[in-house]
Amino acid sequence: MTVDASAPPGNRMTVPPPRDTLGRRGSVFLSLHPRLRLTLLLSAPLFWLGLVYIAALAALLITALWTVDTFTGQISQTWTLDNIITVLTGSLYQTVTVRTVGVALLVTIVDIVIALPIAFYMAKVASPRAQRILVIAVLMPLWASYLVKAYAWRSVLSQDGILQWLLAPFGGETPGYGLPATIITLSYLWLPYVILPIYAGLERVPDSLLEASGDLGGKTGATLRLVVLPMIWPAIIAGSIFSFALSLGDYITVNIVGGANQLLGNLVYTNVGAANNLPLAAAIALIPIVIIFGYLAVVRRTGALENL
Amino acid sequence: MSAENPAIRLTGLTKVFGTVTAVDHVDLDIAEGEFFSMLGPSGSGKTTVLRLIAGFEQPTAGTISLFGQDVTERAPFDRDVNTVFQDYALFPHMTVLENVAYGLRVRGVSRRDRLARARDALETVRLGGFGDRKPSQLSGGQRQRVALARATVVRPKALLLDEPLGALDLKLREQMQVELKELQRELGITFIFVTHDQEEALTLSDRIAVFNEGKIEQLGTPAEIYDRPVSPFVAAFVGTSNVFDDEVSRRLVGHGGLHSLRPEKISIGPELSPPATDRTALGTLAEVIYVGSSTRLIVDLDVGKRITVLEQNDAHRVGEDQRGSRVSVGFQDVDVVDLESATATAQQ
Repeated sequence: MTVDASAPPGNRMTVPPPRDTLGRRGSVFLSLHPRLRLTLLLSAPLFWLGLVYIAALAALLITALWTVDTFTGQISQTWTLDNIITVLTGSLYQTVTVRTVGVALLVTIVDIVIALPIAFYMAKVASPRAQRILVIAVLMPLWASYLVKAYAWRSVLSQDGILQWLLAPFGGETPGYGLPATIITLSYLWLPYVILPIYAGLERVPDSLLEASGDLGGKTGATLRLVVLPMIWPAIIAGSIFSFALSLGDYITVNIVGGANQLLGNLVYTNVGAANNLPLAAAIALIPIVIIFGYLAVVRRTGALENL
Repeated sequence: MSAENPAIRLTGLTKVFGTVTAVDHVDLDIAEGEFFSMLGPSGSGKTTVLRLIAGFEQPTAGTISLFGQDVTERAPFDRDVNTVFQDYALFPHMTVLENVAYGLRVRGVSRRDRLARARDALETVRLGGFGDRKPSQLSGGQRQRVALARATVVRPKALLLDEPLGALDLKLREQMQVELKELQRELGITFIFVTHDQEEALTLSDRIAVFNEGKIEQLGTPAEIYDRPVSPFVAAFVGTSNVFDDEVSRRLVGHGGLHSLRPEKISIGPELSPPATDRTALGTLAEVIYVGSSTRLIVDLDVGKRITVLEQNDAHRVGEDQRGSRVSVGFQDVDVVDLESATATAQQ
């Protein structure tokens, strides 16, 4: 109460009144018109989203309903379901679809199994300093070109590569090029995308919850099963969406280390290039899109998407 | 207190974090059924002692015994104590009932039994109808009670409470204090209560340990701690105290040394009619602060010492308009605490 009395009079006049500039008037106008603010904020990204994402998908769907003139090689814009029917019934497409989904699932499982302990160590064990270094270490491979990494694995997996050299003393040998090599390489490529969401999810689990579980008599296994896993389930799902979706669309890795095996992406690539059948390629490309939508629908039912 | 097997016995307990000694050779016996508070400012080591007892931290040196058994090397899930966490630490993905039943679940109690016992525990904290809710749907006070029910349903031999009332507003805190005290009497187990709120510690505890810089500065009943502080730190931390240094003591108390005096033990009167007490002194009224039931007066004594005086508000209340006027203050010799001799006694 003495503070007011003892303060020198006129102290509050030392702050000059704001000047009436154009920028100030604009700010006042904007602050009074929230809708205009929202329009300015979102119009550019919404335009981009509409044009690039939605329009491209729609174009894909439409192209799948066209056909190619077998003589001229020109796309003829006559509407037909032939491509869709071919893709759905052809045994080649069914085999490759099953193979692709199998590879994507295995890659996802391998990634989750590797990512869980790494993310747990990063979030709950490492010191804050080590934590920062580990985050950078996990992100580091993303700075290198995808192609370089795939070819690096080709060299690692080759008959006279490092893997062969490492495993030979134990009676093992490199899997060589094929689907196992594809799964190994894809797991490596997508691992950062799986570690980071799980790490973020674990960061959100307070340490006191782990302590509370132990305090109440829960041993390590019970704590992981009953407290940690249920709480980071949405994060695991988020990571799995990355590895699953990215694996479904890949065709370069399998070309480099997959031997003669083809995935859906290879079929799309062949039809766009060598076979010059864009409508069929579009129809094949719809398969992974439908699968991903199906995956998201299943995931949604577990309630995981609400907690992302 | 000097029983053969105290509920908890700490011997030479030390915890070093890097270069910081958080807990420094603490020796302490806590009796069965005692409501024991560890009081101190943040960073004084009280919470670390609690976490060492719970097993969340491993001591750098020293031992911890529960009922005569050395548990220093045991994991938290192997110790018969349970903790009520400062942030309650309720599992957000479980219902209130599942939270309370958790300790029984991991111990392998059948589903029917554990849910029945969890329901009973929720009744005792008056949350009978809330079993199906998620913790996020409860208020702070309700979460606090769930945490209590969850920690007590497994029948621990001691309950550790880490500033459990810190997040509650004043009214709720006072209400929860009463409930805690009742719960402790009902269960008859040792409560170890960590707080930085001296009033809370004084209200609830059978005994208090005042922590400062990793050491126990004073150990005693609330009355001992409040009336006979052994050091300037305790005198200043527990309640408000006027601490007189050697020179001021010489002029006010009549002999040198370090002394403390509680504000409510000082009487105040006009300059020309001093209170009829053993000692009196003159000064100027520097500040008058109305705090409801009482008035806090800041007096600048002529001997060069600023003191605080607490006066109960009655018809003759000192008004704000008397600021700056000359006053006389007085106090009795028995109310003056000799901090140096008290320290000497405590160290014997």
